[in-house]
Amino acid sequence: MHRAYVRVLVDVDETGKVCPLRIYWEDGRSFSVDRLLDTRRAASTKVGGQGVRYTCRVRGREVYLFEDEGRWFVEARDVPGEI
Amino acid sequence: MRTILHSDLNNFYASVECVYAPHLKKVPMAVCGDPEARHGIVLAKNMMAKAAGIQTGEAVWQAKQKCPGLVVMPPSYGRYQRFSRMMKEIYADYTFRIESFGLDECWLDVTGHRMSGPEIADELRRRAREELGLTLSVGVSFNKIFAKLGSDMKKPDATTVITPQNYRQLVWPLPAADLLFVGPATRRRLLKRNLRTIGDIARCDPNEMRAALGKNGEMLWIFANGLDRTPVMEADESAPVKSVGNSTTTPRDIADEQDAHMVLMLLSESVAERLREQGLMGRVVSLGVRDCDLASFGVQRKLATATALASEICGCAMELFREHYRWGKPIRSLGVSVSDLEYADGDAQLTMFPDTGRERRYDLENAVGDIRRRFGHYAIQRACLIGCREFGAINPRDDHTIHPVGWKNG
Repeated sequence: MHRAYVRVLVDVDETGKVCPLRIYWEDGRSFSVDRLLDTRRAASTKVGGQGVRYTCRVRGREVYLFEDEGRWFVEARDVPGEI
Repeated sequence: MRTILHSDLNNFYASVECVYAPHLKKVPMAVCGDPEARHGIVLAKNMMAKAAGIQTGEAVWQAKQKCPGLVVMPPSYGRYQRFSRMMKEIYADYTFRIESFGLDECWLDVTGHRMSGPEIADELRRRAREELGLTLSVGVSFNKIFAKLGSDMKKPDATTVITPQNYRQLVWPLPAADLLFVGPATRRRLLKRNLRTIGDIARCDPNEMRAALGKNGEMLWIFANGLDRTPVMEADESAPVKSVGNSTTTPRDIADEQDAHMVLMLLSESVAERLREQGLMGRVVSLGVRDCDLASFGVQRKLATATALASEICGCAMELFREHYRWGKPIRSLGVSVSDLEYADGDAQLTMFPDTGRERRYDLENAVGDIRRRFGHYAIQRACLIGCREFGAINPRDDHTIHPVGWKNG
């Protein structure tokens, strides 16, 4: 596993609440976030790093998306293009 | 009875580095200052480096001799401050009485909370682990001193509870040097009286302690018996400034009086500027000297009138230096500080014959301060510093400093 920084489309509401909508993978593919399940501050035990952790449902799987000081990353498998 | 927690982030700097690079947990690693700028000492180390016998404060080359595979990381202070702030946000969910002691330690007063002290301690540890990826050691007790001793007893990621019932078994066998404010000098004086453990201090007559060590002796006796009543300061309560000081480890050893004068002038300028910024002036000038073998001493002198003038501070520091330093060895670092502070616009003693020269020196130094604020620190320099690029490049005012806040409040 490694920390893969990604481009993210987010929605910010009038109270400042942030909701990620779409994750862009480096090879050009993108995945829509079907549902936001949980938001909390957390450290990634798998790939290191710390920030606000968004637990997202993407294609029926739970994916952790982290926001660390303005940059976003996912815990990526060491196979290219796999979340 | 109060419930006081002392929470200590284990190996703080090193642990934060491990959060971002988890593979560093599996190798001996130390966060060290920059050896090029001669700040090359170990600031923090991880568990494996600790197991290899590496100690905080030793030189990088010594550490590498003990442990050739040591991975050395430069410090990232911005990140440490961010983690420290996030930890305080977690503490604030339980109490507003939070007193910091450096970046990595805090006292919390949780008296009257619906959860018990040990419950809060365990929850803090879980949250630090999950939310920040860090481990905490927490001491739970009925005063600040025992809480701090408790957080040192079990590491990492542990809660230690010290109660009025068990403190004699847990605290009294500890060496006296573990007590806050017992440094090498106090320890020697205690040893002369055969006081080796905290229990020895607790069991002796308070009058004897006072005779041996003055007011501090009595304070240690109070600490050792769990009678300390010092409150935990509230989060937004900052202690009034008691002194303003600066010290620096120079890029090369200070070899003669001219070098020393240059560095003292730099430090005095910085101290004077900070005093004036806060509208303060001080009456006592202190000088700290550390030679290349890391032996150090401090001396101080009271001035006739309070000052915020770099030239006067430096003059006094230089006098102290000439009187007390014998040039046995070259010097590694120097420090200047000014204490016994008062407000510059306060009730200053009027003199019969006002010193107009002094007023003009104030105007001059204020003008220099203005130029520096507008055009940068190096826009204007003292002539004595121009010849020496190495020392001239030191900017003590803006160099990064993190200090634990003072403890004694009278």
